[in-house]
Amino acid sequence: MSVIAAKELRIIGFLCNWCSYGGADTAGVSRFKQPTDLRIIRVPCSGRVDPLFVVKALLNGADGVLVSGCHPRDCHYSDGNFYARRRLEMLKRLLPFIGIDERRFHYTWISASEGARWQQVITDFTKQIHKLGPLSTKTEVMVES
Amino acid sequence: MRVGVFICHCGNNIAGTVDVKKVAEETRKLPGVVYATDYMYTCSEPGQDEIKEAIKKESLDRVVVASCSPRMHELTFRRTIEKGGLNRYFLEMANIREHISWVGEDKELNTNKAIEAVRMAVAKVMRNKPLYSTSFKVNKRVLVIGGGVAGMQAALDCADGNLEVLLVEKSPSVGGMMARLDKTFPTIDCSICILGPKMVDVAQHEKIKLYAYSEIEEIKGYVGNYQIKIRKKATYVDWSKCTGCGECMEKCPTKDAYDHFNFGVAPTRAINIPFPQAIPKKAKIDPKYCRQFLKGKCGVCAKICSTGAINYEMQDEIVTEEIGAIIVASGYGLIDMDRLPEYGGGRYPDVITGIQYERLLNASGPTSGHILRPSDKTEPKTVVFVSCAGSRDKSIGIPYCSNFCCMYIAKQAILTKDHIPDSESYVFYIDIRSPGKGYDEFTRRAQEDYGAKYIRGRVSNIYPKGKKMVVRGADTLLGTQVEIEADLVVLATAVTAAPGAAELAEKLHISYDTFGFYMESHPKLRPVETNTSGVFLAGAAQGPKDIPASVGQGSAAASKVLALFSKDTLESDPAIAQVNTNACVGCLKCVETCPFGAIKEKELRNGRVVAEVIETVCAGCGICTSTCPCGAIQLQHFTDNQLLAEVNTLCQS
Repeated sequence: MSVIAAKELRIIGFLCNWCSYGGADTAGVSRFKQPTDLRIIRVPCSGRVDPLFVVKALLNGADGVLVSGCHPRDCHYSDGNFYARRRLEMLKRLLPFIGIDERRFHYTWISASEGARWQQVITDFTKQIHKLGPLSTKTEVMVES
Repeated sequence: MRVGVFICHCGNNIAGTVDVKKVAEETRKLPGVVYATDYMYTCSEPGQDEIKEAIKKESLDRVVVASCSPRMHELTFRRTIEKGGLNRYFLEMANIREHISWVGEDKELNTNKAIEAVRMAVAKVMRNKPLYSTSFKVNKRVLVIGGGVAGMQAALDCADGNLEVLLVEKSPSVGGMMARLDKTFPTIDCSICILGPKMVDVAQHEKIKLYAYSEIEEIKGYVGNYQIKIRKKATYVDWSKCTGCGECMEKCPTKDAYDHFNFGVAPTRAINIPFPQAIPKKAKIDPKYCRQFLKGKCGVCAKICSTGAINYEMQDEIVTEEIGAIIVASGYGLIDMDRLPEYGGGRYPDVITGIQYERLLNASGPTSGHILRPSDKTEPKTVVFVSCAGSRDKSIGIPYCSNFCCMYIAKQAILTKDHIPDSESYVFYIDIRSPGKGYDEFTRRAQEDYGAKYIRGRVSNIYPKGKKMVVRGADTLLGTQVEIEADLVVLATAVTAAPGAAELAEKLHISYDTFGFYMESHPKLRPVETNTSGVFLAGAAQGPKDIPASVGQGSAAASKVLALFSKDTLESDPAIAQVNTNACVGCLKCVETCPFGAIKEKELRNGRVVAEVIETVCAGCGICTSTCPCGAIQLQHFTDNQLLAEVNTLCQS
């Protein structure tokens, strides 16, 4: 079963268990309607997200990747989101070098209580990816180079 | 591999917007899946029995449950499959309720999304390994943060349950907000008369160690084994010598120090004991006002003190303690009047807050219980109460109800009539919220027996006119404007999170909402737990709450700690990092990035240095796993292979 053509794009989200996954749950409990494109992978901490996961996802067929963790200073594991921020900021700058528009990748901080914010973030990000259209790594690499 | 998939309808919650039959049908086609079924309520007893039976009948070795959030029922289903004979880590959940059926509107898209969620879970569960908990010893001491009524109740209940308790209170005395109240609704019994004995119990209980005027500096460790640092703030008075006689307070020449206990209704001395029933009853110098600190000379209190307790050189002291669980009862704050410019923003002395009015009513307050206007010390004959001063007001960012103001305004109106029989009270309200036992009767008594005039509407403006304050507002029942010339105006200012609540939450690693109130684990079913195991909540730190609710939560949190400590050992979470020593090159980057110091270097027999995880300390964040350049250290249950399997499932489809 693939993405339903013309309706959805492939968006993958890595969400930390303690804040953002909870925030997405809160949005669900509050019935905040969202676009359906996103597929969520639960990780214990945003610091667990290896930038290579993002690159592999984008090179293998994802059109957009979102990483979301706890707010800075609010990490369940003290510093995990600080490590995430450094790595992911670096990744954002690296993406154009491998021919991928950096707007296809976004990282953000959402707490477990911020259901409305989650709805906003995922709606905006999905819109952005739809604006960019499907990612064909071959053509995008050519355009960039 | 034989995977069984159980898809829950959750009544109509999932089945309403997801075609569960189709999800089951598509799931059956997946490699590895030998059994897939849908059920009305998978979490119910028959639903769980079905999983157990299927494990036996179909010889399942992995289970996927597609239902609600794993944050809700992961533990439930782990227990189920364990009872069915599988290792509890052979379970994965696909969250098709919170993340799919409740948020997507298109049934076709939802169904497709649910199928993919199940595919991801199947891909992951096929790479799950059996994991086994180890047990570790528990330090059966509990830390209670906050000495208000909730914290004291929690401390007393834990202590009565034979636990050692550390009670840390940031102000010089326990008692919290309740110690400042005059009477309590709906019984009009004296607040300090019912609280005072509890305060004395706290001080005298042999199991309770009280740290007054202290704050939490640092918290390290995990449930069962925390190491904490407590900052004992300098009082400049040696409390081991101070007898609480109050001589220093009387002789202190600085008479204009801000009185935190009385919320500035009247000034106090630079050296003071906050109130007569204070526990501990010890003096403390406020260096912001003390002449010795400001001008370098005075020393009156040092001369007068017969026990020589004054020590101007005193420094903050850091004390280290070891504990096993934490109850957070850090209370609430109130908004400053300067956020309410239409009500004078604190510029008019005769516009005061509800808690300041409590102090004017209170016999141990600055006016000895006589209601006197702050401006000219005369008795007010007309008092106007303004409820929702800030509360339920989106324009200042406080959309919530402060919970107890309606009730205390009714009480204050009654007490005003008691104190000044020829006085008149007006109450502006939006709604009267009185849903407790005996509460509605109480607000009616204020109106019917004590003649308080209730006006349904909001106050738009308060301004001075001669000696009076004009309160202008709407009466929405009559549809008119009203203006009342008042002698005194009392604002029921909105309840906020306690000052410093966010900083404390960061130390505790617990979540808080947009307003700074701490998040409970589940709003209905786990109201005093947090998502950080070993940390519990009580009282208004979690949200505005009156006394009975705070006391109830204090006891509830204590019972949670007593249950936690009823065993001598706890089971560790085995989803922790593991080092493959063959792949480890000994760069030890993981040692540097681990926030918990859970990784150390180890020398193998052949002299090669590798990383080693200290099992009991590892919290399972996986920062090391994404740090390791050669994939040698893997967080169990969230390994690179498992997460990439999920990514690949999505990308290849």
